[in-house]
Amino acid sequence: MKLEGINDFVIRFANVNGSGSASANALFAKSLFRLGVPVSPKNIFPSNIQGLPTWYEVRINEKGNLGRRGGYDFIVAVNGQTLKRDYEGLAPGGYFMYDSARQLPADFARDDITLINIPLTQICNREIEDPKLRQLLKNIVYVGALAHLFGMEFSVLTDSILSQYKKKPKLAEPNIKALTLGFEYAATHFQDTCKLKVKRSNKLTRHILMDGNTATALGALYGGATVAGWYPITPSTSVIEAFDKFTSQYRLDDSGKKRVAILQAEDELTALGIALGASWNGARAFTATSGPGISLMNEFLGLAYFAEIPVVLIDVQRTGPSTGMPTRTQQSDILLCACASHGDTRHVLLFPCDPKECFEMTADGFDLAERLQTPVIIMSDLDLGMNDHICLPLEWDDTRTYDRGKVLDKHQLESLTGKWGRYLDKDGDGICYRTYPGTHQRLGSYVTRGSSHDEFAAYTEDNDTYQRIMVRLGKKWQTAKGLVPKPDIKLTDTAADYGAVFFGTSTQASHEAIETLGSQGITINTMRLRGFPFQDEVKAFIDRHKTIFVIEQNRDGQMRTLLISECGIRPDKLVSITHFDGLPVTAGHISYSIEQILKAQMQQGGAQ
Amino acid sequence: MSSTRPGFRHPDLPKNDLGYTRRDYEGAASTLCAGCGHDSISNAIINACYELALEPSGIAKMSGIGCSSKTPAYFLGKSHGFNSVHGRMPSIATGADMANRDLVYIGVSGDGDTASIGMGQFIHVVRRNLNMVYIVMNNGCYGLTKGQDSATADRGSAGKKGRQSLFESIDLCELAIAIGAGFVARGFSGDKEQLVPLLKAAITHKGFALVDVISPCVTFNNTTTSTKSYQWVRDHMEATATFDFIPPRKEITTQYEKGTTQSVTLHDGGVIHLHKSDGSVDITQRRPAIDALELYREKGRLLTGILHINESLKDTHDILETVETPLNSLAEKELCPGNQVLQQIIETYR
Ligand SMILES: Cc1ncc(C[n+]2csc(CCOP(=O)(O)OP(=O)(O)O)c2C)c(N)n1
Ligand code: SF4
Ligand SMILES: [Mg+2]
Repeated sequence: MKLEGINDFVIRFANVNGSGSASANALFAKSLFRLGVPVSPKNIFPSNIQGLPTWYEVRINEKGNLGRRGGYDFIVAVNGQTLKRDYEGLAPGGYFMYDSARQLPADFARDDITLINIPLTQICNREIEDPKLRQLLKNIVYVGALAHLFGMEFSVLTDSILSQYKKKPKLAEPNIKALTLGFEYAATHFQDTCKLKVKRSNKLTRHILMDGNTATALGALYGGATVAGWYPITPSTSVIEAFDKFTSQYRLDDSGKKRVAILQAEDELTALGIALGASWNGARAFTATSGPGISLMNEFLGLAYFAEIPVVLIDVQRTGPSTGMPTRTQQSDILLCACASHGDTRHVLLFPCDPKECFEMTADGFDLAERLQTPVIIMSDLDLGMNDHICLPLEWDDTRTYDRGKVLDKHQLESLTGKWGRYLDKDGDGICYRTYPGTHQRLGSYVTRGSSHDEFAAYTEDNDTYQRIMVRLGKKWQTAKGLVPKPDIKLTDTAADYGAVFFGTSTQASHEAIETLGSQGITINTMRLRGFPFQDEVKAFIDRHKTIFVIEQNRDGQMRTLLISECGIRPDKLVSITHFDGLPVTAGHISYSIEQILKAQMQQGGAQ
Repeated sequence: MSSTRPGFRHPDLPKNDLGYTRRDYEGAASTLCAGCGHDSISNAIINACYELALEPSGIAKMSGIGCSSKTPAYFLGKSHGFNSVHGRMPSIATGADMANRDLVYIGVSGDGDTASIGMGQFIHVVRRNLNMVYIVMNNGCYGLTKGQDSATADRGSAGKKGRQSLFESIDLCELAIAIGAGFVARGFSGDKEQLVPLLKAAITHKGFALVDVISPCVTFNNTTTSTKSYQWVRDHMEATATFDFIPPRKEITTQYEKGTTQSVTLHDGGVIHLHKSDGSVDITQRRPAIDALELYREKGRLLTGILHINESLKDTHDILETVETPLNSLAEKELCPGNQVLQQIIETYR
């Protein structure tokens, strides 16, 4: 038996990192995208620079299900270190492509798979003159072979190469040659071998294929960020790298000077300190980090909360605790970020689910932070940040203006009646008026501090005053509910007993799982959370169902905990569906888990 | 309270070039212990800013946590201030300066705030050569937490509890010179004559200026066994070459004898005249500057004055090549490239 199908399979590439496979594999994924076929590539890479195993997994799904499916139907196994593992993990009926320079050991004896051996090394040694290029082009040869096996339009691949090397056409030549060599070899030796096929589709029209970190950087560019402090950490580094790249192009004055200051700091604490100092002084500023950095930043997050300084913080989450698995994904900083720092603190969180939302929520994050005068944390993750995702095009409304919040300028200060107080709640929404340093010669100066202060920013140890300020911050938190993005709710059946709650990168797999369950007659309404604090809608959605599945990628059900405590939900009503091995959650895992829970519920109910 | 201020204003108070009196540079009443060195430094800061005729609203006061870091409330009441968290003032100051390069940044820290918890940030703000004045109110102890030894306490020195400091002390000035600070000075809170011009020169210097001011803690570390007491410092203090600081736009009237004076011109036209005495060192060079500190230390003396000055360094903005306009005043049209550009950008992701 051979696996068959059109535009519906998973292919894995098993490579050695640092061997140049990344660009070849990306070329393959990009070509599928250009054929209009929904595709989702995931890089599964080590925390290492060279020599360790790395996998690239591409799901192709005509229906547009883009979460991880789990399992693989085709493997390009060119890493000797993992050959056995890759061989054994292949789905029955699958295809095993390998370099015939390597003899498969005797214990590779499956009879339920198809072997496709291509003499990659031999072809390259024979045909590619430049020995330095041979290793790299081996990867391109197998892409060429895949194109034939899957019946892909060859011109899409060559066009991709040509556009990739537009500026260096000399480099395109050997790449196209390698593609052709692979294609022809497969055509002669494996004419009708593969029953998995790719066909041009019309599923993608205006879409783009972008990683979340690039989109986040564009959000910061468009949101008007002028200061960034940062400290390198996977998987957030590429946010700043992209911001640097875009600002070097779009933030120069006529003499080439920069309208941005990007500073690599000595640690994450300083990175956030830089952003806070700049924000305090009237610039839009941000930093990007991951869990270990958030741990360090706690001290400043408390200061920003209490002294009411806006800032945008990008958390590209990875697998914790501690150093954890630096190159694997998780949604496990929820509680840490929601309540970072000592004392009573609460932070605004946004949960993007695709690059488009990374862009929008980052740009909006600056408005929100300045409106609320508090940190706003964008909860991305490694899967979203570092993998390419198909999404609708990013758009910017040119009529939009930045909302800088309640900031008094010189004239406003002069026309004030009554005494101005930095922490005086004039409007009753818990948000006070601030001033930037240097605004006025006589008016509006104050000392910002993380120690207890009164409405006029003066240091105080008066208990009533302290308490009044804390209560007012609580009021501001209520105001925030009306400003953070609302949840995305889908009520398939208004009378359904079951609801599912998820957010961020659990979205795609959750939708797919719930669709699968729906086809089995199990109706589940869904709510995708987009922001914290939770609005009344969040509680109302939970209230209207008997059981809620909270789907998230951490061990302890952190979002569930937050929902219970913030919305006052009875704990047994919220059932955790967790996934935390470091790989993106699969639809199969979710649907299976829900089925098991429902079965158990039914048995329990039956015994009563 | 060591200084209560009378509420009335004397009409004949002298005014500076901007028409401000010294009062215009004062802050709220201090809550530090009577006789605390830190209050004298606050006063010196007030004097320096008044004499330089700085616009008070053009100054930002930055600090960390400690008795010393409380002082920004006690000077420059018309300036914005940021009393941040323990040891983290350098990062806040860095961000503030990135946002608005046109303000004057005066940072105040303690020896605990700088030499222990904030050492990492301190070293790196020096490396970045941030355009700021960084004043350490150095009392060799943690005043606010009741007198524990700090990392600048000399080994063997003992405060009120009578226990000798066990570990090697850190000389912040020597450290700053070693990592390339462009302006390094040491003063004494009890010597206003020297301190005020030191601060004026530091403020005028472009780039990072460290002023380490020995500032006795009268409550916990002013004992006969302490090397940060008023008495010890008075007895052991020596100055590098004496100097005159001529602020920019002031006519130079004094005549100096040829060969006895070295002049350093500051970036905005101010001039420092260093009067060489016998054995005085060339403080414009890093190595002799450090040698001098080591030499005096061996002799058991405390070297004060301008310890090192180098006017040729680029500050953070110059290094990053940012625009002259303060980043916080750039308009939206200069920041946001618009939808047309966005569509071009995303086209490369198709
Ligand atoms: C993170 C943190 N740890 C400890 C403290 C307690 N603390 C407050 S001030 C201080 C030491 C201050 O010493 P120094 O900077 O020398 O200032 P001084 O009071 O001597 O002027 C300490 C340890 C704190 N505020 N924050
Ligand atoms: S404890 Fe020491 S440092 Fe603090 S105010 Fe009193 S004298 Fe000054
Ligand atoms: Mg101290």
